[in-house]
Amino acid sequence: MSTIATTIARPKTYSAEELQALHLAMNAKAKRKKMIQKTALVTMNLIVCLFMLFPLLYTISVAFMPSGELYTMAMNIVPKHPTLENFVEAFHKIPLVRFVLNSFLVAGSITLGQIVTCSLAAFAFSFLNFKGKNVLFMLVMATMMVPGEATIISNYLTVGSLGLLDTYIVLILPSLTSAMGIFLFRQFYMTFPISLYESAKLDGCGNLRFIVKILMPLTKSAMGAMAVYTFINAWNMYMWPLLVTGSDSKRTVQIGISMLNSVDAQSITLMLAGVVMIIIPSISIFIVGQKALIKGMFSGAVKG
Amino acid sequence: MKKVIEKCKKAEVYMYLIPSMVIFSIFLFYPFIKTIYLSLYKTNKLGEAKLYVGLDNYKSLLSNPSFYNSLWVTLEFVAIVVVGSMALGLLGAVLCSKAFPGIRVFSTSYALPMAVASSSGAMIFKIILNPTIGIVNKLLHVSINWVSDPKYALICVAVLTAWLNSGINFLYFSAGLGNIDDSIYERASVDGANAVQKFFKLTLPGLSPIMFYTLVVNIIQAFQSFGQVKILTQGGPGESTNLIVYSIYRDAFFNYRFGSAAAQSVVLFLIVMALTLVMFRVEKRGVKY
Repeated sequence: MSTIATTIARPKTYSAEELQALHLAMNAKAKRKKMIQKTALVTMNLIVCLFMLFPLLYTISVAFMPSGELYTMAMNIVPKHPTLENFVEAFHKIPLVRFVLNSFLVAGSITLGQIVTCSLAAFAFSFLNFKGKNVLFMLVMATMMVPGEATIISNYLTVGSLGLLDTYIVLILPSLTSAMGIFLFRQFYMTFPISLYESAKLDGCGNLRFIVKILMPLTKSAMGAMAVYTFINAWNMYMWPLLVTGSDSKRTVQIGISMLNSVDAQSITLMLAGVVMIIIPSISIFIVGQKALIKGMFSGAVKG
Repeated sequence: MKKVIEKCKKAEVYMYLIPSMVIFSIFLFYPFIKTIYLSLYKTNKLGEAKLYVGLDNYKSLLSNPSFYNSLWVTLEFVAIVVVGSMALGLLGAVLCSKAFPGIRVFSTSYALPMAVASSSGAMIFKIILNPTIGIVNKLLHVSINWVSDPKYALICVAVLTAWLNSGINFLYFSAGLGNIDDSIYERASVDGANAVQKFFKLTLPGLSPIMFYTLVVNIIQAFQSFGQVKILTQGGPGESTNLIVYSIYRDAFFNYRFGSAAAQSVVLFLIVMALTLVMFRVEKRGVKY
């Protein structure tokens, strides 16, 4: 600071070369400062990141540990003799393949279903005029206020009396639409001029074709965000599947994996191997879809 | 003929809403009303309403210390979770607000807890916090029975939940930081402001538009925690982690007191509704994120 001040105050005492040299020196100093700042930033990030990811990293490490190795009082963060046995064992102990297939079926259907129902509803709310539009939209928005946990008992009793317990339908059906999805799509659709719809209509384009051929391709980022978010949430669903599934053939991964929990003390490594395997799909989808998720979540919503 | 076509067209409009509306009706509106209805009745073991008791279920809740305990524990839990998850999210977002080599790896890591299920997270924590072989005790050189000690159980569940919820907060805060004009930081640097001053005088005020929204979303989400409690503590030891959703679950599916569980559900709904209304209010005021 003070050097700059004196330079400004007495500019004439410096010759051109001296000024040049001063410039270089200052630049070098600024560069060094930037380097130090960047290194500090990366170091800080590394520390915080390790801290945040520690539970996951440790899980992966234990999953590869022979169960004997875990039971010592000594420090054992990394397995000394890594083994795949836990993964193999986990497959033998519970029908993991079945659970994973169930979860893919359920989460996939929910994701697909939500995209269809939400885009249809959002289309009606943003391009069509009809009686009770505002009331219906308010009603949809109001559903956001009802936590799923508050209706879960009645829902359980309903599907129980319909004899739907322990079926795929009961896992999928209640989640086939969401107010958030309708809201998100509508936010995107509202950014299109109504003339787009009107001219398509003049050209003889039906409503459904307009949705499939024009709206959906134009809102890929919103659909991507929806898909990632919905799939992960459906994959991670816990309370509803816990209540409504009873047999191995319909259990989803989150419920199935808790079967490894508390079988016996020896199975801790097994259990974490199972956890690693069921986390991989949701994390992979998250990593692949992260960009779409952010883009969809934050670009459309702002314009609304 | 023309009239019929007109009518068909009018009906067609509603066709697009039918899929969503049917599902909302069966799994949201109807159970919502049924929950209120059930909360006014005594039920049998199958959950059928048998005897109208008016507000008795609510009255017995209000005279039940267990219910107050559950509410109090939930409040404590929500407070810890919200502060923790927002702090973690904010820390990550601030650390990733300037470009540097490897930023994508780091920002993915900070958002990653989003993809972890509450049940998987709970199983991981169960092992980490194990009194004999858990890594936490080994690293800290203590022998605390974390989840079976009423002093620590709630904190453990809350820390787990804060970790799980921090991922989405990172995304919110990153978006919020992206909206702050960089030039104000440069001007502050010229004026000689240090990093701490910049954080409190520029960053936090700059985040205020999304801060409130994030806060409310976090509170609502924390109120609905279930899987963590079910796997890690089952509401115990004692009732020290008997959060309201777990209490509903226990009343309905262990004690078969569907009426009382329904009454608690209504209470949960009222709390979440109040919070959501606040959120909509704030959004209407023109908060952009």
